[in-house]
Parts: sequence; C-alpha cells; structure tokens
Amino acid sequence: LHAMNTVVAQLQRRFQDYLVSLYQQGFLDNQFTELRKLQDEGTPDFVAEVVSLFFDDCSKLINSMSRSLERPENVDFKQVDSGVHQLKGSSSSVGARRVKNVCISFKECCDVQNREGCLRCLQQVDYEYKMLKTKLQDLFNLEQQIVQAGGAIPQVNIN
Amino acid sequence: MSIACELSNPNLKKTKAEKRITTKILLIRVLCGLVVLWLCLSLSLGFLCICKKKESASDDESSSSAKGMLFRNQKNVSRSEIDAMLSLFFDSNQVTSFECRKESDGITCSLSTRSEKEEDEEEEEAKRHVVAELMSSSDNDEEGGVLHEVVLFYVINKWHWWLVLCVLLVGGGRMIFARKEVSSFVQDKQQQQQQCKRAGQWRKNMLLLCIIAGVSFSVLWFWDTNEEILFQRKETLTNMCEERARVLQDQFNVSMNHVHALSILVSTFHHGKTPSAIDQKTFGEYTERTNFERPLTSGVAYALKVTHSEREKFEKEHGWSIKKMDFEDQTLVQGFDPAPVQDEYAPVIFAQETVSHIVSVDMMSGKEDRENILRARALGKGVLTSPFKLLKSNHLGVILTFAVYNTNLPHDATEEERIQATIGYLGASYDMPSLVEKLLQQLASKQTISVNVYDTTNASSVIKMYGSEVGDMSEEHISSLDFGDPFRKHEMHCRFTQKPPIPWLAILPPGFALVITFLLGHIFNGAINRIATVEEDYQKMMELKARAEAADVAKSQFLATVSHEIRTPMVGVLGMLKLLMDTDLDAKQLDFAETAHGSGKDLISLINEVLDQAKIESGRLELENVPFDLRFLLDNVSSLLSGKAAEKGIELAVYVSSNVPAVIVGDLEDEILKQRLGSDETSCNTLSGYPAVNASGSWRNFKTFQDHSCDKTELLVTVEDTGVGIPVDAQSRIFTPFMQADSSTSRTYGGTGIGLSISKRLVELMQGEIGFVSKPGVGTTFSFTGVFGERERDSSVTALELFDQSIQEFQGLKALVIDSRNIRAEVTRYHLQRVGVSSVDIASSLATASTSCASKLVNMDLILIDKDAWNKEEYVAFNSGQETSTRPPKIILLATFTTPAELSEIKSSGLVDEVVMKPLRMSVLVCCLQETMGSGGKKRQTNRKPKNLGNLLRGKQILVVDDTMVNRRVADAVLRKYGALVTCVDSGKAAFAMLKPPHDFHACFMDLQMPEMDGFEATRRVRDLEEEMNKKEESRKWHTPILAMTADVIQATNEKCIKCGMDGFVSKPFEEEELYSSVARFFDK
Repeated sequence: LHAMNTVVAQLQRRFQDYLVSLYQQGFLDNQFTELRKLQDEGTPDFVAEVVSLFFDDCSKLINSMSRSLERPENVDFKQVDSGVHQLKGSSSSVGARRVKNVCISFKECCDVQNREGCLRCLQQVDYEYKMLKTKLQDLFNLEQQIVQAGGAIPQVNIN
Repeated sequence: MSIACELSNPNLKKTKAEKRITTKILLIRVLCGLVVLWLCLSLSLGFLCICKKKESASDDESSSSAKGMLFRNQKNVSRSEIDAMLSLFFDSNQVTSFECRKESDGITCSLSTRSEKEEDEEEEEAKRHVVAELMSSSDNDEEGGVLHEVVLFYVINKWHWWLVLCVLLVGGGRMIFARKEVSSFVQDKQQQQQQCKRAGQWRKNMLLLCIIAGVSFSVLWFWDTNEEILFQRKETLTNMCEERARVLQDQFNVSMNHVHALSILVSTFHHGKTPSAIDQKTFGEYTERTNFERPLTSGVAYALKVTHSEREKFEKEHGWSIKKMDFEDQTLVQGFDPAPVQDEYAPVIFAQETVSHIVSVDMMSGKEDRENILRARALGKGVLTSPFKLLKSNHLGVILTFAVYNTNLPHDATEEERIQATIGYLGASYDMPSLVEKLLQQLASKQTISVNVYDTTNASSVIKMYGSEVGDMSEEHISSLDFGDPFRKHEMHCRFTQKPPIPWLAILPPGFALVITFLLGHIFNGAINRIATVEEDYQKMMELKARAEAADVAKSQFLATVSHEIRTPMVGVLGMLKLLMDTDLDAKQLDFAETAHGSGKDLISLINEVLDQAKIESGRLELENVPFDLRFLLDNVSSLLSGKAAEKGIELAVYVSSNVPAVIVGDLEDEILKQRLGSDETSCNTLSGYPAVNASGSWRNFKTFQDHSCDKTELLVTVEDTGVGIPVDAQSRIFTPFMQADSSTSRTYGGTGIGLSISKRLVELMQGEIGFVSKPGVGTTFSFTGVFGERERDSSVTALELFDQSIQEFQGLKALVIDSRNIRAEVTRYHLQRVGVSSVDIASSLATASTSCASKLVNMDLILIDKDAWNKEEYVAFNSGQETSTRPPKIILLATFTTPAELSEIKSSGLVDEVVMKPLRMSVLVCCLQETMGSGGKKRQTNRKPKNLGNLLRGKQILVVDDTMVNRRVADAVLRKYGALVTCVDSGKAAFAMLKPPHDFHACFMDLQMPEMDGFEATRRVRDLEEEMNKKEESRKWHTPILAMTADVIQATNEKCIKCGMDGFVSKPFEEEELYSSVARFFDK
C-alpha cells in the first residue's frame, strides 16, 4: 500500500509538474483551468471530451482552410476567415493559448488577404495543435495512470 | 475649371465649393460687364458732345456773321452810290431808279430811290435771300460733316458692339466649357490641379484681352478725336477761305457794276445828248466824287472809238493828237509818241484825276488793252486783262474794260452788231494788292490765315496777284474766284499762318482711359494672383484636411487596437488577482488584492474613457442614471489616486458634507471625479492637501446647495489644492482639449490635457457648470455643480452592507484625534463618524492632549495621532500619563508617506497598535479598527457571488447557440455548473426555430459570427416574431433575453448588438463576474 502510495504520489507530482510546464510554456491558459473546474463526478471525462472535440474541429477546419488556400488565385478569404474565427473561438474556449495566438495573427493575415502569410499561419496552427494534442494526450495518460493507481487527480494551482 | 479644382472627393463638398466659385466668377463677370457698360456710355456720350460742339461751331461763327457783314457792306455800297447819284443829278431829276445785278450769286436786287420804305423792303428781301443762300450753302457743308461723323460713330459703335459681343461669346463659351468640365469631373487630384492652373491661365488671358481692348480703345479714341480736330481745322480754313473769296469777289463785282454803270452813264450823257453833258471836267469831278464806290479801282478812263478816217477830224476837234502807249519809258506824260497809223484808235478822252495823264493815249496801242477792248466790245460785258504792272503805281493790277454802245443792244445781239454799235470804251484799273489788303482788313481773324490770289487763266504759267509764301504749307484751301470775266480764271489760296497746335483735347481723355485701363489691369492682375494663391492654399488645406482626417481615423483605430490589446494582458492581471482573492487571505491582504483588482478595472475603464472622449466629441455619449453612494465612490477615487499622490508627496483628503444624501442617482460619477482630480494632478501637479491649505481658508470639498425642494439635488463639488496654480494667461484655454497651461507643462508634469475637456463636457451633460479660481503660487480651486436625483438608502447599491456589522460594533466608541492642523482633523473626524465612531474629540498636539483633555482621555477607546504631530518623546510622556488607566486606548498612527522601514520601526517599537496610511478610506478604517479592536476575522471572507450566480441560474432553461462544438460544450458545462438547464444548438437557424414562441427558455446566449445566419440576424428575426406574437395575444409579453457571446469586446460590436435587439453582452470565454452581472438583470427578481 505504501509502495502504491509513493507511486501515486510520484505520478501526481509528475502530473502536476507536467501541467505546470504546459502553462509555463504557454500551451494552456486560465481557461483550461476553468475547464478542469467544470469537470466533476457527473462528467468525469468532460475535459477530455471537450479537448477531443476541439482537435477534431481543428483538423477539419485546417483541412478546409488548406483546400481554400491551395490555389494561388481565387482564394476565398471569407471562408478562410470564418474558419479562423471558429478556430479562434474554440481555442480560447479550450484554453489552447498558443493555438489562439497563432489564430490572431492568422486572422490579421486573412484581413489583409495575404495568402503567403495565411499559409504560414496555417502551417503553424497545424503544428501547434498537433503539439498540444500530443502534450494533452500525455497528460491524459498520466491522469489515467493516476486513476488506475487509485489516486485522485490533484488540484493544481497555477501561480 | 476652378470649380473642379477646388473639390475634394465628397459630393456634398463639391456642390458647396461649386456654388462658391460660381458666385465668384459671376462677380467677376458682373464687374467686367459694368466696366464695358461704362466704356459704352462714355463713348456714346463723347460722340454726342463732339457732334453738338461741331453743330454749334459751324452754326454761329463763320458763315452768318461774316456774311452779314458782307451784306451790310453791299448795302452800304448801294446806299452811298445812290446818294452820290442823287446829289450829282439833283437838278435833272431824271434818274429815279437804279438796278443792280448780282450775277455771280444769281441774286437780283432792284433799288429804288423813290421811297425809303420800298428800299428797305427790298433790302429785307435781299437780306433774306442772301441769308437763305448762305444758309443753304453752309447747310450743305454741314451736312457733309455730320454725315461723316455719323458714319464714323456708327462704325465705331459697331466695332464697340462687336467687342462686347466677342467678350460675351468668349464668356459664354467658357461657361459652357466649364459646365461640361464639371459634369465630366473625375476625382483625380492631378487633373484638378491642372484644371486649376488652366483656370488661372484663362483668367490671365482674359485680363490680357481686356487690357489689349482697353489700349486699342484708347488709341482709337485718340485717333478719332485727332481726326475730328484736323477735320475741324480744315473746315475752318475752308470756311474762312471761301468767305474771303466771296467777299473779294463781291467787292470786285460791286466795283465792276459801278464801272458798268459809269459806262451807261457815259453812253447816256455823253453820246445820248447833243451837245454832250459830260466833258473832262465833269467826268473827272464825278468819278473823283464817286471814287469811294469803287474803292478797288485806282482810276477810270473813257476812250472813244476812232477809226483811221476819223482820226484827223478827231485830233482837230480835241486839239491833240492821238498818242501811242509807251511801256519802256516809265516816266509817263512827256514821253508819248503820236500813235502810228492804224485802222482804229481808242484815244482816252475822259479820265479820272488820278489817271489824267493817259488822256489822248491810244488804248489800242497797248497789247493787253487792245485785246481787252476787242473782247469787251465783242462780248458786251466787262472783261479783265491778265495781271501786269500798272503804269504808275508799279503794283500788279488788272484793267477792266466795258464797251459803250450807241444803242441799247438786245441780249442776243451778235458780235458784229456789237462791234458796229460800239462807240467807246470805259476802262478801270484795279490795284490787286491794295484791293485784297483792304478787303482782308475788314475781316476778322486776318492774322490766322494767309491769303494768296492767282490768275490761273494760263494753267502752265500761273501769275500771282497777291500774297506771300508764308504759313503752314501742309494745308491749303483753294477757292475759285469769279470776277465776271469768263475768259479769266482766278483762284484764292488760303493757308494757316501757324502750325496746328498739339491736340491736347485728343490726347488727354484717351490718355486717362489708358491709365485707367492699366490701373484696372494692375488691380485685376493682383486679384487674379491672389485668387490663384488662395486656390493653391485651399488645395493644400484640403489635402491637409484629408490627411488630418486620415490621421483621425488612424487615431481611432489605434485607440481601438490599443484598448483591445491592453484588455488582453489586463484580463490576465485581473484573473490572477481574482484567483488570489479566492485563496485564504486575511483582511489586509484581501484589501490589497482588491485594490489591485480595482485599479486594474479602473485601467480598463480608463481605456473606455479614451473611447468616451471620442464619443463625446461626436456627441453620442448619453448619461445613464444609476444610484450610487457618493462617499463610497469618493473612497474609491482617493484610493485609486493614493498611489500617485504618495509618489508625488501629496496628501489627499476627502470630505463630504453631512447634508449630502447617502445615495444619489446619476451617472457613475466617479469618472468625472477621477477626471477632475486626475487632471488637476497631471496638468498642474497641485493636488496637495494640508501643508498649505490652511493658508487659503476653508476646506470644503463637498457641499449641497440649499435647494432641496424637489427630488433633484444639486451638488457642488470643490477640489482645492495648494500647488503652483495656473498661469493667468493660460486660464482661458484650460478647457480646450489637449491644451495644457503651456507646452512645457507636459514636459514638466506630464499628462495629455484631455482630462479637463472631458470633465467639462460631462458636467455640461449633467446640466452643471464647471469653473475654477486660481492664483499662481497659492493654488487652484476647481468647482462644478451637477444635478442628481435622490433616493433612499438601498442596500443593494451601497457597498456599506459589507461593513454594516462592523459599524454596529463601532457604535459608541470614543475617539480622540491629535492633529496640528484643524482641517485635517475635521476630515479625520468625518471619516470616523462614517464608520460609526460617534464622539470624536480633537486636540492640536500630544502635549495639549495630555494636559487639557486629561480628564477625557480616561474613557477614550481610540486615539488617532497624525504623523505630523508624532513625537516619540512627547508620546512617551503622554503615554506614561495614561498608564494608570485600566483599559488603555488603542493608539493608531495616521501616516501620509512613510518608508516601509520607518513603518516597521514604529510598529515594532510597540508604541502604537496600528499604522494607517492616508488617504483615509472607509474600508481601510474598518479593517484597521477591526484588527485593533480585536473583532472581525477571516471568517467573513466567503465568496458569495458564485452562490449568487448559482441561485440565479438554478433551474433556468438556457439556450446556447454556437457553431463551434467546443464552445458549445464549454458554455454548456459552465452554465450547468450553476445549475442551469442548457440546450445547445449549432446555428442561427436552429436557434430561431427553438426560440419561436411559445417556448420555455429563460435566456439565450448567442454567438455572433456563424455561417448562414449570424447572431444579429437570428436575434432580429426572433424579435420580429416575438412582436408578432405580442400583437396577437395580450396576456403574455414575449421577450427572451438574448445575450451576445463574443471574443471581440469592441464598442461598435456592443452597439450593433443593442441595435439588433440583444439585451446584453458577455465575453467569451465566460467570466464569472461578468456573467453574473449580465444575467442578474434578468433573473434578479
């Protein structure tokens, strides 16, 4: 039991450190904390659910935007813009800070109809969201491990 | 043209500028028109004048007077002649009538000696005749002149009208051209400038044209007037010449007639009587006596026709032989040889005394005389010789010869008959120079012209009879003379003795016109240049204006961007503070955190303020009436400013009169107060409190007016300081935006200078007035009034409820304030009374407190000592006096600015229980008192709001509309957390379907930007639908609160939301407090 406890404690510390590092590296922001607060007994997988929804959204939007930006002429910036807007909204809802920041510059590029800039931003968004996806995957894995080890997910104070 | 070039892009301005420029052009045209009209008038007037002058001149002067004189002459002649006749033939009484014939003029006058009356009548008639004739002749001349003038005038007039027509055509063409240009106006700046230049060029050209027209007009005028003068001169010459010629001719004819009469006399009395009534003596006497009748003749002689056969008989009869004329020998009388044998002789038998030497001389022997005699008897008229030197006088002269017939021959008698009937010849010699001389003597202005008389019978060799070659040879008038001998031709040449004078009359007026033209040209040139510069300046100004407007737009964008950008980090700051406040904190820490949080919020509102200024500038700001607690608000204000004040070493205090109601209704006033205080500080660096304030009198920050009658309260707010004051010269522009006392102020004191202008406008919106009194070096007092509503204390509004419990606790406490400054002590008392400390005493120093108030000190619970009055030694002494007391009062030190080290030193010394930093605030005071009095604690720090939110939202049906799954999910989770029943839809259409009444939703959160139907559109439709429903059924009013969810917190979006019927506005992701405040409006009740 003691061994179990130390494992759990270790896992919990790792989880804590990892989460803090995510905040510190700017992957996540306060909204993610809020999100985590919303998760309770009634909805145990709330965060994971939302996050996966977000990533699905991301991949869909990024695909459609890259299709829009494919041809150098006749780029439908309006469509791209609405995509970026959605992405921005959802990323800020999730608290995916870096994605959101890229979205802001993406939107600016879109406003001035700069295709090159848009493509660059698109790549960046793609990269960022995939990065976040792996990071969060890791986080959830850790979480799962903790749960499996019979521990409780610790409250992390991001300060 | 100019219209076009003055335009900037907006159409409105275009028409405006167009109008203005058109009027300008119109003005110039009217001016031009006036000038042309003036020219026109002056021209025609000038011509009229000239015409009149000419008429009058030709009328009176030359002809009539001269002719009148001439007539009088003639009359005189005939009268004296008749007198002579009468006297001569007095005894005989035979001759009673005399006929005179004036052949040349065709006027016949018969004179009668019988009665004077008759004669007079005749004279009258003759006069009339003469006058008529003369009039007609002068009329003719004049007619020619007038005609000439009229033609000239007409031509010039015509030319003039052509000019006017030309100008009008050019103007009209220009106008049409301009219209076209305007209509095809394109907003190209380059083109505008070109057009502008072209317009200037056109004006210049027009001016040049005008000047050329003016110059040519002047030249023409001069030319015309000069011609006129020359013409007049010529005419004068002609008139004078003709006059002289006629006079000469008439005189001559009169003489000739007399000679003719003499011939008839001779024929009648010498040949008609036997024995002859005339002998040499009678003849000589008669001719001598009637010589005045022939003033031009030097002598008359009668020669008898003698044939060769009769010579001897004749010579015997007269006792002398016929002599031959000798021309070589000029010494006459002795040297006459007997005439050679000839067919015929004409010896002189009678001669006037003057020429008596030629008696017995044969006239036929002289060549000229012979010819003359032959012609005279053949023609039956008087004939003249060509001029030659007269025998005696050696002057040039002519001989007039009349034949004397024995019978009265008919008019149509042949030459033969005439020769047959000839019995003698009467000759008279005329001395031409004296003749002409005499004549000219009689006429006026003889000096002005010189007269030459020529015999031009032989055209090749003209013989000059009179005159000299003097005078102006350039002009000459030739009048023909008729002396009654058709064989002889004579001419009179007249010329002016002097050269024509310089025609000033012709030079001056056109000269003036020329000068005026040039002056006008100069003036107009100046005006045109001015217009050009003004237009250029206008262009520049328009450009600058456009740039300024662009800059303004850029400024607004910048403000919007910056405010948006500042919001983002501020959200972080505020969030962190909020988190901090959620953690376990003691009252002091919580206060710090809350202050920080409040300041952060103030920062955001400050940003909004900047936006407000823009809003005020566009006149769109409206005040919102919200109940608020003035005192609490002022606490906030002073707390906000305390940092700044401390930094600058300024002591800050707030005092509210007890007359001021606790809760008043108005717009959130703190803005304005902050503005006021803030601007004071930034622009003048003068927000100082006590140190010098006692010098300038009372400290009355807040006061109500007495006027309390209605619900409205008028507040007077005064902000006093003791700073450097505002310089007098800057006081007038202190309320102008971005204007500080002087430009160096911003460098010295910082600040934008916008604060006071915002304040002023806000005060104006509150129906108040703002003003100030400032003395440099003493300080400034700003004051403003505002009208507010009044309301009963409402716990939901005031923040006092937080402290209510504490205030209860503090009731009945007794306090002593030790402060060296009265005013400051009053303020402290005011604050203590606010927190419920009812009895407050004041002492000026520790020493006086310990001595004079010693008795009171016993019951004191609190002693507040200002740091200025703090003195360790005194305090120790003071404290020692209190030791006897069972329950020592709590000692609180009021500090303005203290270093932390100093603070901790005082605290650690254990002499005082607590140190309170000024400015005093209710919350600070309450905390401090709680701490010192040992009451209160951390237990009260419970977070009430989430519970409230939960209460609000519990069981409410809420519709969330968002196209993004993630957002929906999050919103759903958040709202669920507060117990709401959430339904999510993913599009505006779906939301519209769900919100179709009747439905159960209590509220709807709507995303704005969605594909197909966005939030605005959906809301609009829902509202339309609700309105329809409301019309149908009266029982229930449908109005679902719809709140916008957006990430862009921009004013414009907010306005748009309200406009399309939304009720509020929450930022995404949800922030607890904001969500609460938005939702509370609907679910509160």
